[in-house]
Amino acid sequence: MISASDLRLTFGKGTPLENPALRGMSLTVNQGEFVTVIGSNGAGKSTFLNALSGEVMVDSGEIIVDNVDVTRLPTHKRAGMVARVFQDPLAGTCEALSIEENLSLAIKRGQRRGLTAAVKKQYMEQFRDSLSSLKLGLESRLGDKMGLLSGGQRQAVSLLMASLTPSSILLLDEHTAALDPKTAAFVLELTTKIIDEQKLTALMVTHSMKQALEVGTRTVMLHQGQVVFDIQGKEREGLEVKDLLGLFEKQRGLEVDDDSLLLG
Amino acid sequence: MLSEIALYGAIETGLIYGLVAFGIYISFRVLDFPDLTVDGSFPLGAAVAAMLIINGWNPWLATGAAVLAGMAAGAVTALLNVKLKILNLLASILTMIALYSINLRIMGRPNVALLSEETVLTPWYDLDLAFHQVPVLLFIIVVMICLVLMWRFMKSETGLAMRATGANARMARAQGIATGAMIVLGIAISNGLVGLAGALFAQSQGAADVTMGVGVIIIGLASLIGGEAVITPSSVLRALFACVIGAIVYRLAIAFALNADVLGLQAQDLNLITAILVTLAIVLPGVRSSVASKFTRNKA
Repeated sequence: MISASDLRLTFGKGTPLENPALRGMSLTVNQGEFVTVIGSNGAGKSTFLNALSGEVMVDSGEIIVDNVDVTRLPTHKRAGMVARVFQDPLAGTCEALSIEENLSLAIKRGQRRGLTAAVKKQYMEQFRDSLSSLKLGLESRLGDKMGLLSGGQRQAVSLLMASLTPSSILLLDEHTAALDPKTAAFVLELTTKIIDEQKLTALMVTHSMKQALEVGTRTVMLHQGQVVFDIQGKEREGLEVKDLLGLFEKQRGLEVDDDSLLLG
Repeated sequence: MLSEIALYGAIETGLIYGLVAFGIYISFRVLDFPDLTVDGSFPLGAAVAAMLIINGWNPWLATGAAVLAGMAAGAVTALLNVKLKILNLLASILTMIALYSINLRIMGRPNVALLSEETVLTPWYDLDLAFHQVPVLLFIIVVMICLVLMWRFMKSETGLAMRATGANARMARAQGIATGAMIVLGIAISNGLVGLAGALFAQSQGAADVTMGVGVIIIGLASLIGGEAVITPSSVLRALFACVIGAIVYRLAIAFALNADVLGLQAQDLNLITAILVTLAIVLPGVRSSVASKFTRNKA
């Protein structure tokens, strides 16, 4: 279980560019839930994910992961609990390293690293098995440099890397946004498959309302650094994009003017 | 033409600079951390080893102490960057400047002679080898040991974490790697190798001098870049061999240039030649590809 309560964070405090990104954000995600997060630009989606992973430190509030207070822990000390896939397909993997080296890095996520060889024979079967599930033929290219792969292939491998070892929560930050529609659909399908199979707890930020309703078990909308609505179960079934917009306008008394939210 | 003694001398110095190139490979290539500390840690290693040797230490122990001193200097640079958030290049310049004073303090004077002292080379002169071949043999052994250790380390879990830190720090953190600690460890190892090079250089040249570090960074870079031009560094092992080969080729090139009377070059021109060579080595690949692309565009 992961629980964030009353998170507040202001960028550039005391400067003319002062920007309150999180204004009392609270959200509790239970074991096995797959939460999709939507919101317009500047709603605080990415900041929220960065706060959960430790890339930014909140000014106040509390983040509890599996009964451990991680609020003040740096990224690398949370990595054992928090797995992550970035928006930029190039960010989640090291292009200078081979596929097997990237996977070997990921298999030790959050664990002590010693002086034994990093790429071990006993990993190979697991690597080949999981790579072959991608159906990209990568299982025979373990020694190839990551940089030789396409963006979609790299994002698929990032996803695999995030799920190689158990985590308390998987954070997906618009991880299909930078891909072409066909590849995006493939990566999204892979995402739901992995989350289902391994019964992962996940938080997926997306720019598309349609996607937010199609996948996952619960949908949360952020606006101005707060959760404006949170729907799941029966209430969420059969909901369409226009219903979601209606909900949003009712909640805030605001017109949604972000075209990308409607069109995405 | 180059005499046999000059030839061996160039290889001997090349091997020492191969160790420097290993260090610069870690900082510039693995960690992407432009570290100029080496201009200070090279004479630091020499000063520490020389002072301990004239005070009666075993020369190998003295050399070991020089490695530790180099590592400490590197750790200071890295900590200035990681903990105090000083720009990496500036942090290394600060340490380098500070080391000038420290080196003078260690030696108590600008240079220390080792001519009649027992050094790591002394027992090897009993072998049935020519005088000028002895250092080459010993240094080949030292360089090969360092190369194998470096290679094993870079392939280890910690070494892979260090490579990831330099290549993609955000990804490394997300994988639970303490990137700050990796930078401190890497820059320490890098300067430890340079300290070792300084200690061996002092012992083979018979003196430690406070100014002997000037331009070490550029010579190391010249070796690294030159080596990469000769051997494509597509794997860690190839990159390490490139360092050694590059350093030896560089010293041989310099020796030939200085020996060729037609060029009219003298020893004092060394740094100028090095700077020009490094500039060419950095610029030429770019020029070549832009010329090539112009050529293909015209054809199309």
